[in-house]
Amino acid sequence: MTASGRSNGSPVEQRRRPLGARLSSMVLPVFTAVAVIYLFLPIAVMVVFSFNDPLGRQNITWQGFTIDNYLDVWRRRDITGPMLNSLIVAVVATIGATILGTLIGLALTRYQFRGRRPLNLLIYVPMATPEVILGASLLAMWISIGVQRGLGTIIIAHIMFTISFVVVTVRARISGFNRSLEEAAMDLGADEVTTFRKVTLPLIFPGILAAALLAFALSIDDYVVSSFVAGQTTTFPLWVFGASRFGVPPEVNVLGTLIFVVAFVFIAAQILWGRRREAVEKAFAAEAPR
Amino acid sequence: MSRRLRRLTPYLFLVPGGLWLILFFVVPMVVMASVSLQEGSLETGFRLTWNFGIYPQVIADASTQFVRSIAYALVVTVVTIAIGYPIAYTIAFRGGRAKNILLLLVILPFFTAFIIRTLAWKLILADNGFVLGTLKDLGLLAPSEHVLATPLAVISGLTYNFLPFMVLPLYVALEKIDPHLIEAATDLYASRRQAFLRVTLPLSMPGLFAGSLLVFIPSIGDFINAEILGSRDTTMIGNVIQRLFLETNAYPEASALGFVLMAAVLVLVALYARIVGAEELTQG
Repeated sequence: MTASGRSNGSPVEQRRRPLGARLSSMVLPVFTAVAVIYLFLPIAVMVVFSFNDPLGRQNITWQGFTIDNYLDVWRRRDITGPMLNSLIVAVVATIGATILGTLIGLALTRYQFRGRRPLNLLIYVPMATPEVILGASLLAMWISIGVQRGLGTIIIAHIMFTISFVVVTVRARISGFNRSLEEAAMDLGADEVTTFRKVTLPLIFPGILAAALLAFALSIDDYVVSSFVAGQTTTFPLWVFGASRFGVPPEVNVLGTLIFVVAFVFIAAQILWGRRREAVEKAFAAEAPR
Repeated sequence: MSRRLRRLTPYLFLVPGGLWLILFFVVPMVVMASVSLQEGSLETGFRLTWNFGIYPQVIADASTQFVRSIAYALVVTVVTIAIGYPIAYTIAFRGGRAKNILLLLVILPFFTAFIIRTLAWKLILADNGFVLGTLKDLGLLAPSEHVLATPLAVISGLTYNFLPFMVLPLYVALEKIDPHLIEAATDLYASRRQAFLRVTLPLSMPGLFAGSLLVFIPSIGDFINAEILGSRDTTMIGNVIQRLFLETNAYPEASALGFVLMAAVLVLVALYARIVGAEELTQG
């Protein structure tokens, strides 16, 4: 994605136009603004109700403002336990899927080999399979061979369904970069390992990071697959769903809000970093002789 | 590095991940196929009896839920296009320097847990909640009206939850379009509508194709929205599979249904690819 040579707003738009045309050009921005409000509506509800002081078990009507929920949440073992499980699963699954997926991505973009078509199928079909089937088939297998389900089977499943997303993300990044940089390093006497470590890895690192973030987000949010392979273990989404039958305590909203804030900071940092990279790359491109 | 080792490198890279996918995606599928042909119960154990008769039986039993799931997923796909296309278009062509920020705003809500988001919708759409309650207070809606437990609620929930899967690929496709192409069309006396229909829309087809699949597939298999926002009359095929597997332990029936769903998805996807000419699209 290069932003070079793009004019913002065509000349047609900059000319003075009659009122009707100017009004109709407002339709899209207004629609988008309304859509953004719509997208944030449930988030607003979640954040507002994280400060609620409910009377009973139901946190569905506004009773009064309190920050106690934020102080209490750390003492609610029944909630922090599943949250801890979710974090363990997400961290381990992210590391596993990122390593396995990046290796496949590298192989696909940099090497010629037989069996590309079946490999592509192996990567894309899991993405095109409804989650309920991914979970159900794994459960069928664990039952058939009599494996005890728990944290381990959840992690295995999460690595499985996130690998494909990592491959696709990393591949998009690798195929975008210039091989001549690697060739230059080799010409200057670097061996393959050094070239990989000093040239290739830094170049594809943003892609790997983006893939890891995606894998983490997919894993920590998963309900469907986990519900099949969790056994007696409870992750955060599983706990919330179970609790929703009797009333979700405000502490759940607190954790939801905190996850949201952390995700926001991460993504914002990534975008800022991307901007800086783009600026640096542009500066280099300007220096380079034609 | 020796030449032989170099030739082996790609396979060294592929084997760990590939093996993982084979062991935990392909093998379970095969196991599920075999389980679907078994008979028995949890107490007496299951034995493979090649009971193919189970397939017509489960299809007949769950045909309502099947048809409903396909219908809901189709409606959701169309509605996400109707909402998502203008959003993606606006960000791609009118976003200017704020493109990334706008895109972030669209994705950000989806970094809260799926379950919490859906529960929040339950609160918003509640009979006397803040949307329906206000409308009722204003006299715009009869006091007995409700949204929860109706198909509308389930479809709204699915639409909300899968909207970003439509917006992102559409944005990527639209962002690639050179605005000069559209200018050229209008310079050559195409009306704005014609320029859109003959230049922008065809060029955004890969995004529309990818987005439709990314919305349709999870929608057809979803059971959370139907569970939280729906009622007995909005049960989807995912609910049936989940219940058979986890509550009634009817593994053969559940496996057979899973297989039928998988087959239905693959057939519908292939059909759709045929219609929009995916060969051309994916080769881009």
